[in-house]
Amino acid sequence: MSTLATQPAAAAILVDPNSKIAKKILVLGATSGIAEATCRIWAAEGAQMFLVARNAEKLAAVAADLKLRGASYVGTAVADLDDTDKHAELLTHAVNSLTGMDIAYLAHGILGGQARGEQDFEHAAQIIYTNFLAPVSLLTWLANYCVQRHAGVIAVLSSVAGERGRKSNYIYASSKAGLTAFLSGLRNRIDREGVTVMTIKPGPVNTSMTAHMNIRKADVKKVAATIVKAIDKRVDTLYVPIIFLPIMFIVRHIPERIFKKLNL
Amino acid sequence: MAMPQSAVEPQQAKAAPPAFESWGRYPKYDAKIVPLNWQCDFPGVMSGLETAALPVGLGRSYGDVCLLKDGTLLLTTGMDRLLNFDPATGILTAEAGVSLAQILDFAVPRGFFLPVTPGTKYVTLGGAIANDIHGKNHEAAGSFGNHVPSFELVRSDGSRRICSPNQNADWFAATIGGMGLTGVITWAQLKLRPIVSRKIDYEGIQFHGIDEFLDLKQRYQHVEYTVSWVDCASTGRNFARGVFMLGEHSKVPGELKPSPEPKLSVPFDLPGFALNHTTVSLFNSVFFHKQMKAHVKTVQDYEPFFYPLDAVLHWNRGYGKRGLVQFQYAIPWQHAKEGTIEILREIAKSGLASFLAVLKAFGNIPSLGMMSFPQAGIMLALDFPIKPDLTFPLLKRLGDMTLEFGGRLYSAKDAAMTPAQFQAFYPQWQQFAQYRDPRLNSSFWERVTGGGSTL
Repeated sequence: MSTLATQPAAAAILVDPNSKIAKKILVLGATSGIAEATCRIWAAEGAQMFLVARNAEKLAAVAADLKLRGASYVGTAVADLDDTDKHAELLTHAVNSLTGMDIAYLAHGILGGQARGEQDFEHAAQIIYTNFLAPVSLLTWLANYCVQRHAGVIAVLSSVAGERGRKSNYIYASSKAGLTAFLSGLRNRIDREGVTVMTIKPGPVNTSMTAHMNIRKADVKKVAATIVKAIDKRVDTLYVPIIFLPIMFIVRHIPERIFKKLNL
Repeated sequence: MAMPQSAVEPQQAKAAPPAFESWGRYPKYDAKIVPLNWQCDFPGVMSGLETAALPVGLGRSYGDVCLLKDGTLLLTTGMDRLLNFDPATGILTAEAGVSLAQILDFAVPRGFFLPVTPGTKYVTLGGAIANDIHGKNHEAAGSFGNHVPSFELVRSDGSRRICSPNQNADWFAATIGGMGLTGVITWAQLKLRPIVSRKIDYEGIQFHGIDEFLDLKQRYQHVEYTVSWVDCASTGRNFARGVFMLGEHSKVPGELKPSPEPKLSVPFDLPGFALNHTTVSLFNSVFFHKQMKAHVKTVQDYEPFFYPLDAVLHWNRGYGKRGLVQFQYAIPWQHAKEGTIEILREIAKSGLASFLAVLKAFGNIPSLGMMSFPQAGIMLALDFPIKPDLTFPLLKRLGDMTLEFGGRLYSAKDAAMTPAQFQAFYPQWQQFAQYRDPRLNSSFWERVTGGGSTL
């Protein structure tokens, strides 16, 4: 699926699932439901991980759990990723702790409140800042780090919601649309440098973020297993569950004159 | 990550089944579900809640002990992190929502096993403590609470207590077997036992009648795990026939790989008539004669030995939409034999035969919980399909008989005890009530205390 890296030999070592070399993984937003489920799979494989999250107590519980499940190294840092001024220092510390980095996994984000954001620009701006601008800052640093080494996978949780704005969640959706577009451009720039940029577009997944939603949700363990496999294969874009590939194809192609009248 | 909030339809009023069911699927009560994903979530989630709440796990208790009609169920299964393990002592510390299946996946490859396990591994650590569950090794090991060195209890007033036999001992005793009513258990320790193999050295021996059962129990009292299947449907020559099953962890070192995920599931409700007298009698005969010889010796994996029904997920759907009720008593030795014979007669006479009837002796190790069920004597457990006009009058009779013989029923399996029965089985209930968290309640507690919420 992806364009071949300029250094295929290095890439093969990095992503070979049978490789005995423990993966070095940086996880941003490690207490998010999808991130934690993904990390459990990596931990069982003996990965080395550096975890970043905002809440110290939650982060400590996740770190202890991953160590017991088999992670060969777990480093942590408590940080509010909205604080972009601190990104360079944080990321430098993380890759030094890991003594390198094979995979960067960006999983932080907020759903926010659509209704509130419609009335309150501050809230709308907050959603877009956390879901789009803060990742842009992280990605800028991470992309340049990986390009220098001609290696690495940068895997980012975007959302199927970003495919088309709908009245029920267009603020969140636009933050994810921006993120998806940014990743697409970044991939176009650095894939040829041997760096995989992966856009992950989950449908609704059963995590604390969606706990209030009374809809059919995918099992987070299955979603995580799909993500781990896709990262090993260096896939560019992943819809998970896969049924959202055709669903979003249709959603994208409904003519606007009809779409604008739908209650979505 | 997120989806169309437009897809969020208000829950359909009547047709939809409740979001959380107990294993018996009776009674069915609507409740709001609020997840507890982190140790710090409670009691914060209670602000803004007008109803009482009840912490719940995987919903494997049968009746209404894990239900709260029109209340809030605090779903703890997201609190499933392993926090610490000391291979020198075997003590695992984990969040209370972790399942015993997850603990086994962790422990078995490291050469450890649960100290006490029920007939399903799909229960949470917190639920195992809250119901002070027991297993086939009760005589050797006591109940689950006997292997819990400590846990943290958080109350709705925000207070946090580390509870152990030496620290906050009264809260420790009230919470073991405390049916989730004393507060939320955030994490707990469990002392695992070493094993060298997944294998169980198994023996199965046919018996006819309670006397033969008691002889076998006496003869094999040195064996760690013993349990019997008993045929409750047959009368006359076959009355109380059964298979006495015993097992021990193999001492021959073997492979310690984790269990595979189960594949079979009952995907929908079978019609209510699927389990009737004929099919159940047939099942019982097949089970009895499956072991063609009177005495079988073999080596088997621990999964079929401990968790024969876990191989089929949602087997409870076999009882149809109406669900099932369980009946489980423990009668002290003084009247254990006559009580068991009388009650088995009453059950056989009723014709409301049961799929699975389990007969076992409880040993002398006292439970640590104030409201724990196990006591030395004979324990019998069986399912009944729900036939409103027949099942509940029978259960009332069986409950009264249990009381007459000095026994008691198991709250975690109950949907039919009367307040008078409960208060006679557990005369310490008012003392226990002082430890109940004022904002926690269950439909069971409301039922058996006659409006316990006012206490």
